[in-house]
Amino acid sequence: MEAFLHQVLAGLATGGIYASLALALVMIYQATHLVNFAQGEMAMFATYLAWSLLNAGVPYWPAFLLTIVIAFVAGILVERIVVRPVENSPVLAIVVVFIALLVILNSLAGWIYTYTLKSFPSPFPQQSPFRYMSSHEIGAIGITLVVLAAIYVFFRFTPLGLAMRAAAQNPESARLVGIRVGWMLALGWGLAAAIGAVAGMMVAPIVYLDPNMMGGVLLYAFAAALVGGIDSPGGAVFGGFLVGVLENVLGAFVIGNELKLSVALVLIVGVLLVRPSGFFGKVHVTRV
Amino acid sequence: MTRTHLLVLLIVLAVACALPFVVSNYRTFQLTLVLVYAIALLGLNILTGYSGQISLGHGAFYALGAYCAAILMDKAGVPYWATVPAAGAACFVAGFLFGLPALRLEGLYLALATFALGVTMPQLLKYHHLEKWTGGVQGIVIPKPDPPFGLPLNADQWLYFFTLAVTLAMFVLGWNLLRGRVGRALTAIRDHGIAAEAMGIHNALYKSAAFGVSALYTGVAGALGAIAVQFVAPDSFNIFLSIIFLVGIVVGGLASISGALYGALFIQFVPNIADEISKAAPWAVFGVFMIGFVYLMPTGVAGAVRLLLARRRTP
Repeated sequence: MEAFLHQVLAGLATGGIYASLALALVMIYQATHLVNFAQGEMAMFATYLAWSLLNAGVPYWPAFLLTIVIAFVAGILVERIVVRPVENSPVLAIVVVFIALLVILNSLAGWIYTYTLKSFPSPFPQQSPFRYMSSHEIGAIGITLVVLAAIYVFFRFTPLGLAMRAAAQNPESARLVGIRVGWMLALGWGLAAAIGAVAGMMVAPIVYLDPNMMGGVLLYAFAAALVGGIDSPGGAVFGGFLVGVLENVLGAFVIGNELKLSVALVLIVGVLLVRPSGFFGKVHVTRV
Repeated sequence: MTRTHLLVLLIVLAVACALPFVVSNYRTFQLTLVLVYAIALLGLNILTGYSGQISLGHGAFYALGAYCAAILMDKAGVPYWATVPAAGAACFVAGFLFGLPALRLEGLYLALATFALGVTMPQLLKYHHLEKWTGGVQGIVIPKPDPPFGLPLNADQWLYFFTLAVTLAMFVLGWNLLRGRVGRALTAIRDHGIAAEAMGIHNALYKSAAFGVSALYTGVAGALGAIAVQFVAPDSFNIFLSIIFLVGIVVGGLASISGALYGALFIQFVPNIADEISKAAPWAVFGVFMIGFVYLMPTGVAGAVRLLLARRRTP
């Protein structure tokens, strides 16, 4: 029982990280109806930037905030420069561009920082106040919840958040009332990149920093976003925690650690087949 | 097919036959891999280029083909040439079965599901209950086939000609399949599924059959690739292999048969050149080329060649 409890709690901790990345995916999906395959590598690159800052002697929290700001700006730039030209292209062209972004960021990170594993510090104290979880795990959950609250407040109570929601829901009408829809999309990308950066910095102390560290995490985040409903931010967070717990418990007791990734595969294919809108997503009806 | 077409094809074939006698054994091996990739790219092109179903996980079918060949040779003592059709058949079934649920997924979602398949494949191959057959992380080493009937060729050259023969057969089959009723049906489904259905095309059957045939091609390529490299291991079939195939069809040209060959040459030789800059450079180059082709040359090299020829004909 104790082992089970431990696995569930550890699952909640990694689930928090999946939830953050899933949230980033949902942000971009809501704004543009695209799934960003490069989300994981964007987060990875941001984490390397944070590592450089820390190595240059910047204390953790300033480096943390600075990385988020840089990731935000970089996300906007990526949208403006790389994604915007193919905005109205067929899906295949867009997927190819995302995959290209993925491999470019991956190889750039390998080029600049080499492929050797680097350890990444955790901002939380070594001693845990709670015997079932490390303090980093508790901290990661806490940070996820803070990010979620901030996103909720931003979209629910600020004029800019309202404008972004309007631009995502009905671009034509939003444009008619004077919202600059293009910039709202770019802002969505910026926010997603910033959230991804948080996820990267939270996962790096657990999996170590290397250019391929986000491959598995991205897959779980996809699964989380789909389980929760790809257009529902709250669902993404729920999905993240659920996937984290499932992955840990199934990995520990049922299928063994070596097949953990197939949990994500089965979840992704299963959800898409049985209930494409997930638990909390909107059911879309298209007219033919 | 005009007479000039035929002439060009014969010249290309003559050059292809002469090449292994003038270049080194290592280059012959690389050319064998080009042929292998060309078959795999044709397979992916049938699915993604012609029938418009995006696959980011074709490395998984390539892996399945490679493992089929390796296991049959290693455990059952099947001769190498017999493993190729067996791998193709196994992959056809696997592809068809994966194609059935894929019917319900469109565009981005299919890309997601196949991406998940591609990422998961190495882990599935390492699964310890299958280790008896797959050799686990160690993989399987297979012997290099010797030329039969006392032909005056070395092993590399023989393998090259064997692969060339299979490639030719696969391309002729593919060409026959795609230029007629089936090819047109697939294109119609890609361009407007509902209209195609209204014309009496059985969408579900054609789409899952396209998945099966595509997997068959990729599986045959996987088997040939395993025989050429003489080694299979889980980590050589990671998601980047699937992405390499995507690079190949984007650069070579979507929905084009000759594009598969251009793409294969690109993915085999460009990394060799880029490798000299840095170990990470090939992927940066691949990425830049992918974006460049999508922006500037969406029909790929094959499209550009077609355009050039058309311009020359109408001055």
